[in-house]
Amino acid sequence: MTTLTKTEDAPAPTGPESFLSVRDLRVQFSTEDGIVKAVDGLSFDVERGKTLGIVGESGSGKSVTNLSILGLHNPRTSSVDGEILLDGQELVTATDKELEQLRGNKMAMIFQDPLTALSPYYTVGRQLSEPFMKHRGASKKEAKDRAIQMLEKVGIPQPKVRFDDYPHQFSGGMRQRAMIAMALMCDPDLLIADEPTTALDVTVQAQILDLLKDLQQEFGSAIIFITHDLGVISNMADDLLVMYAGRAVERGSVKEVLRTPQHPYTWGLLSSMPRLDGDIHEMLTPIPGSPPSLLTPPPGCRFHPRCAFKDEVAGTLCSDTRPPLADGRAAACHLTAEQKQTIFIDKIQPRLR
Amino acid sequence: MSDNLTLPAQQGPTDASTETLLEVQGLTKHFPIYGGFPIKRKVGAVQAVDGVDLTVGVGESVGLVGESGCGKSTTGRLITRLLEPTAGKINYMGQDITHASRRQLAPVRSEIQMIFQDPYSSLNPRQTVGSIIKSPMEVNGIEPEGGQEKKVRELLELVGLNPEHYNRFPHEFSGGQRQRIGVARALALNPKLIVADEPVSALDVSIQAQVVNLLQKVQQELGIAFLFIAHDLAIVRHFSQRVAVMYLGKVVEVGDRDSIYNRPRHPYTHALLSAVPEVAVDDEAGDKERIRLYGDVPSPISPPSGCRFRTRCWKAQDKCASEEPPLLQLSGNRDGHLTACHFPEDPTTEARAEDVVLDPALKALEKDTADDTESKPAKD
Repeated sequence: MTTLTKTEDAPAPTGPESFLSVRDLRVQFSTEDGIVKAVDGLSFDVERGKTLGIVGESGSGKSVTNLSILGLHNPRTSSVDGEILLDGQELVTATDKELEQLRGNKMAMIFQDPLTALSPYYTVGRQLSEPFMKHRGASKKEAKDRAIQMLEKVGIPQPKVRFDDYPHQFSGGMRQRAMIAMALMCDPDLLIADEPTTALDVTVQAQILDLLKDLQQEFGSAIIFITHDLGVISNMADDLLVMYAGRAVERGSVKEVLRTPQHPYTWGLLSSMPRLDGDIHEMLTPIPGSPPSLLTPPPGCRFHPRCAFKDEVAGTLCSDTRPPLADGRAAACHLTAEQKQTIFIDKIQPRLR
Repeated sequence: MSDNLTLPAQQGPTDASTETLLEVQGLTKHFPIYGGFPIKRKVGAVQAVDGVDLTVGVGESVGLVGESGCGKSTTGRLITRLLEPTAGKINYMGQDITHASRRQLAPVRSEIQMIFQDPYSSLNPRQTVGSIIKSPMEVNGIEPEGGQEKKVRELLELVGLNPEHYNRFPHEFSGGQRQRIGVARALALNPKLIVADEPVSALDVSIQAQVVNLLQKVQQELGIAFLFIAHDLAIVRHFSQRVAVMYLGKVVEVGDRDSIYNRPRHPYTHALLSAVPEVAVDDEAGDKERIRLYGDVPSPISPPSGCRFRTRCWKAQDKCASEEPPLLQLSGNRDGHLTACHFPEDPTTEARAEDVVLDPALKALEKDTADDTESKPAKD
């Protein structure tokens, strides 16, 4: 068991190794019913060539975060505050033109549903070539060669023939491969994968995940991998960020977070998932209740209405003070380090066997 | 592996129940495709379900797993007779209901209920929860003790909802709560069999467990048999005593839970189990076999001849293309564990000497990295 004590005031890791750093990001949408605080004070770093997994339920703000990195929010309906530094360049205040230079070039995205992300009107080849011609000033011929080479790399049979096919002529798994090829056309330094395998079958998912992992080794891109599936993340990511209701609740390396989780929400997620080698006579332990509405999120710790351990914390700390999330390996929870450790060892660990 | 003796055997319910509730033989559903102008003619058929054999015992829960398009949902709909089978036989408690008329079906329908995947589209938004749950009783003219309203309140309490919410509308509930309403509706007529078609796949992880626990409670306390259709192998394992694996409209392997998950014989079952992403809590995670298939499931409009899995199988030989493997009990398998394969795998899921990787792109990339590490060993 690793020791769970950690100095709460560790220096912020803003060294040259953090390639993307997000500081105190706040994204709000104004709707008819009021202001939705989709992301509320989120900070994280991604190192060059590493994979950061972001895990959370629907509505936890994972996708919103990444759309704001790419600058894809409509400024008329949303407000983005905070700081996003990509290789030293500020993205929150960047102009559309600057962002255009980066998208598809230095940073690229793989979307969940390749059928809606690819245009049905243009051939796959043309959609692949376009960013390469735009960003690299390549000729049509050069772009075509590059596209065919990329299609072959991601395992599309007969890439020369398939170059002229339309997206509907591809099967689901092939479309996702084409999306990956498109994202990698300009050899991006940052790749954002938003639930790239959720729409696929398990056997296809396994192919795509392995492919992404191998391609990352070859291209050396940093990846932000968003998913709700802890199993997928444990195979893919180096570091892990657990999000709940617009905030990060736990952070650390994948091994640390999944083996010695410290936050009650992470405990809940892990013990509510059935496992292929788990005890079948053991009932699952679900998290009671359902995620809060972001129009009127609960005060203090946003997880406290569903938390089974809030009584262990003295007073009304949980319901009126937001627990801080320290840098490095940390969990945003008012429980003391000793309490977390004893609860985890006594109550949570036995359920995970 | 020609020394594998095969025994023709019937799949049967596990020890938990001895009586057969539902028996399905050679169930087939082909959806016709029409084309041509000006007169449309039948030009083909989607062979969604093609000769499925399945039994469900009294109070037993049977899992049906497979990838999308393998016909598992169609099978569920055929069993509930929401669709008319093209061929085959459905026997419910000794009564042939394959082509039974509406009137003949009426008493059976109340005993076979269904829970749907999407809790948003399966509840009428213009009806209150009370009337949604009550309507099966009204349709069947059932007047339970103490009145229908009392029964509805009892059901709401049973599925973990506040009985006071009787007059609310579905939109006032969250996804997990809506699915509970769906469960309550299915329970309203005291069914003997519930066909649950992906009941939790539309829900968030933390809510899934709530609904799975509820279904398990219902199954155990009320002794209702379940046909649990899902693509999530871990949830099916958790819920079902017996599991059938489907591929392109056929059952390729069926058996008790332990046999399917720990001693699978069909290559497809191996591939499916190996593809499930698992949270590695221990360091032992490396001892699972690694099989990576290539490509997607072929189209059910023109499925491959012989064994349908052969186009993606690493053991396929000429025999697989010419001869369709029957669903048989292989030697060494437990009773009721049937496999449809000419060249079955060893009954283990442990890591093999060499990974099976059929994907050419993966193979090439992995060969590159292996070469790299060999040629320039550890830079720093």
